[in-house]
Amino acid sequence: MDPIIANFIEENIVPKFNYWIYVILMMIGLYAMITKNNLIKKLIGMAIFQTAIILFYVSIGVKEDGGIPIISHHGPDHHQETEAHSEAGSENLKHNIIDKDKYANPLPHVLMLTAIVVGVSTLGLALAISQRIHKSFGTLEEDEILNKLRPGGHD
Amino acid sequence: MKVFGLVAVFVVGLLLLSATQDFPSWGNPRSAASDGEVSSFYIEKTEAVTKVPNMVTAVLADFRGYDTMFETVVIFIAGIGIIAVLRNFEGSDSSIDYDNDDNGAGLLARFTCSLILPFIQIFALYVVAHGHHSPGGGFQGGVMLGASYILLALAFGLSKAKRIFSERRTMIFAVVGIFIYVGWGVLCLLLGGEFLNYSVLDSILPGDAMMARSYSMLVVEIGVAFTVTAIMFSMYSNLSTRGRLSKGL
Repeated sequence: MDPIIANFIEENIVPKFNYWIYVILMMIGLYAMITKNNLIKKLIGMAIFQTAIILFYVSIGVKEDGGIPIISHHGPDHHQETEAHSEAGSENLKHNIIDKDKYANPLPHVLMLTAIVVGVSTLGLALAISQRIHKSFGTLEEDEILNKLRPGGHD
Repeated sequence: MKVFGLVAVFVVGLLLLSATQDFPSWGNPRSAASDGEVSSFYIEKTEAVTKVPNMVTAVLADFRGYDTMFETVVIFIAGIGIIAVLRNFEGSDSSIDYDNDDNGAGLLARFTCSLILPFIQIFALYVVAHGHHSPGGGFQGGVMLGASYILLALAFGLSKAKRIFSERRTMIFAVVGIFIYVGWGVLCLLLGGEFLNYSVLDSILPGDAMMARSYSMLVVEIGVAFTVTAIMFSMYSNLSTRGRLSKGL
């Protein structure tokens, strides 16, 4: 392979692949929202867009050695440590000091729990409104609705 | 339009990708988001201050209690909005007539669902009740409980599910959930603390101020679960029948 491309992949894609995935997903959603003519397809695009943001936030909360952000007093964290570490670990436990590198960042998880709830609410309400639009206009295609809304248009 | 969209998407995508040059790499524990003062405080002090091992629930229900309270209100407003948009309040259409011929799915599906449903509901209640010690919480458990009623409606027909969990009961559940949450905050006010400052509740709850925060999280999560369960089922039953509630999917 071309060394420039290999270098680019090594330095920009491999350590930051989570951002690449989020940007690609987000652009799929944006494309659907901009170009699709059907309102339901636009909503699907919006859902993909929201999912990309959730993925982005959760992925910045990841830590290399971190587990789930639930403090465990008998979990695998304390068994997997080597001898030297386990002494330090029990020392920490005695003084009730928590090593923050051992736990994933809880703040993005909390914020995204909120975002998921907002996503459900907006999606539900948007589906209700599109049902209402279908009831009034008989179609969910954007250009046909615009045609009917125009003063000279039929209906 | 398609070409314009494609160009716009590529430009925005390239801008976003070029911005990732400055972002921390995957899993870096020293990144600004993970090494900041706030996150470190939550990780290191949550258990010492609240006796709750699940940091996510502790941050959600205690440290950021206002956020979660209005989150519950957002769900409630969405549920009300769906009913307001879909239901035709004028004319003869407004009366809700339950369709008794609606028998739901076939025999096998109904039998299987009647076997599974109690376990789904018990697991949902466990997720709510144990949410501050293990993964879970009010939103997650509430969605599971709501999904169990949706399964009931799919298997046995919406009319049967509506006889168990009627429209009126759904709305009462949703309001009661918000009242539990807000009322718990007002109770803190009455006992001399700030709104949603649970530590002043130690005079009426067993244990010290830290245990009072732990118990309060459970109460608040139960309130959230009430609202989420009711609104999930309300959303399904209204969206699947165009607001008529007469015959489901």
